[in-house]
Amino acid sequence: MLIKTRSEIPSSEITPESVYHSRRQFMGNALTLGLGAAGMGGAGLSLAAAPGDGLRARAPSDMVRSAPAPWWQEKFQNIQPVERGGDFWTDEDLTPYRDVVTYNNFYEFGMNKDDPYKYSQTFKVDPWSIDIGGECDKPGVYHLEDFLKPQQLEERIYRLRCVERWSMVIPWVGFSLADLIRRVEPNSKAKYVAFETLVDPEQMPAQRSRFSIVDWPYREGLRMDEAMNPLTFLAVGLYGNYLPPQNGAPIRLVVPWKYGFKSVKSIVKIRFTEQEPPTTWNMMQPSEYGFYANVNPNVHHPRWRQDMETRLPRTLFSVSRQDTLMFNGYGDQVAHLYEGMDLARYY
Amino acid sequence: MAARVGLDGVSTWRRNPQLWLWLRRLVWVLACVPFVLQVQGIVTNTLGADPAKELALDTGRWTLRFLLMSLAITPLREIFSLGSLAPLRRTLGLFALFYASLHFLVYILFLLELRWYEIGTDILERPYITVGFVAFLILLAMGITSPKRMVRRLGKRWKPLHRMVYLAAVLSILHLVWILRTDVFDAVFYGTLLALLLAYRGFNSVRKRTNRPIRN
Repeated sequence: MLIKTRSEIPSSEITPESVYHSRRQFMGNALTLGLGAAGMGGAGLSLAAAPGDGLRARAPSDMVRSAPAPWWQEKFQNIQPVERGGDFWTDEDLTPYRDVVTYNNFYEFGMNKDDPYKYSQTFKVDPWSIDIGGECDKPGVYHLEDFLKPQQLEERIYRLRCVERWSMVIPWVGFSLADLIRRVEPNSKAKYVAFETLVDPEQMPAQRSRFSIVDWPYREGLRMDEAMNPLTFLAVGLYGNYLPPQNGAPIRLVVPWKYGFKSVKSIVKIRFTEQEPPTTWNMMQPSEYGFYANVNPNVHHPRWRQDMETRLPRTLFSVSRQDTLMFNGYGDQVAHLYEGMDLARYY
Repeated sequence: MAARVGLDGVSTWRRNPQLWLWLRRLVWVLACVPFVLQVQGIVTNTLGADPAKELALDTGRWTLRFLLMSLAITPLREIFSLGSLAPLRRTLGLFALFYASLHFLVYILFLLELRWYEIGTDILERPYITVGFVAFLILLAMGITSPKRMVRRLGKRWKPLHRMVYLAAVLSILHLVWILRTDVFDAVFYGTLLALLLAYRGFNSVRKRTNRPIRN
């Protein structure tokens, strides 16, 4: 009679714990080195603000990082560091890299916060082009490389406030949206800028879901003066390194005085329009999500009160709530854009 | 091996009290697994950047699952003639209350950090919190009145009170629907299960009424 015994793992397959830990250490160091080398000073500074966090400051060990094209790597050799005390800086604690890359809303990849991290690891970001059109003199399909080549990348540290009441502090790398807009020369009819995220059900599982109620592509828009504001940023990197797909690679919008959902990710299309463009959340639930979506502690979302927020990461047994500031604390730079507007009506 | 069959044609394993006792113990242990995993997640700090929110979601999911499982017991008993399953309905129902209580505790302790004014306004002003809270109160009332002593004491009033479980289940689904945003799979999945369980009871009560022997 054949008696089957439980098959045992051959000892050659077992990694000694010390080796496992040293590998983690190695990978952590590799990332640290990468960040240092990428930013020299600039990104190095933001990293210096992040330590003391142990493993949390490092990338998750199973995160896939594909090597980007040489021209892309070259851009990251020379990042202008953030000016301490300037408009694009804060001395608040940075949210550790690990949390920024594993806690995301990117509904194309799923509804849970860890879905984007789980399902976007093999997302293809090269080649990438952006279709620019509408009311501008230089429309066309531009390869990302063409946009980035002449652009000086800089680092900025912004607060990110989600309408779901959580917030982070993130060191982005990128350039100002106004720079890009000037280069494509919008005409006098251009009152708004509309953005669209990639539609690719092959790569984005939630776009294949039969239960999804989103009318893809994900759409967002800004008024022209909002788009030209110096704060408005196009990010291609994070913590001195390339933007991971779950954070909107290869290029995403960052509008720090608005709720996070305005910051459209993985941009493939930009249009200059005369009329206010339709936006995804506003189309789905206009009573809850307005076009402006300015961070406003006085106007509550029907499901989440907005006068406070939870700064991430948090632990279970510490008080984590802090007051939410008007325009997410960027009022000095943007309040004039909304003078005379009733922000309870235009929320 | 052929099943041993009793005199009345019902196979004897179905009335083996020892077997049912062990089954109940097994269910009891399994029902604790989500809680053990949650505690493990807290201790090892593997719940992500916002552990409070993760716990709130997980305890909520398990409340709904146990509620639906306890509602599934009656149809299972009747369809497969498994009378001995009956005590499980109470066990599973009490576990639903257990996870609902954790859910509520996570909400007031970790999400709203005991700011009573906010808890009050949330319950009054945000409909999804209101329905969730009402569902919790119903489960709580059922839990308190579940010991045999209370059943006897309430007498005729016990049954209508415990029928409120249907309302609690519907409100729980509503609570879920309200927090969903872009993908309605969960709502459709749990909603369909509840609809089937309620439909079974609806048809059954109609059938019983029409099949009642007519006395002249």
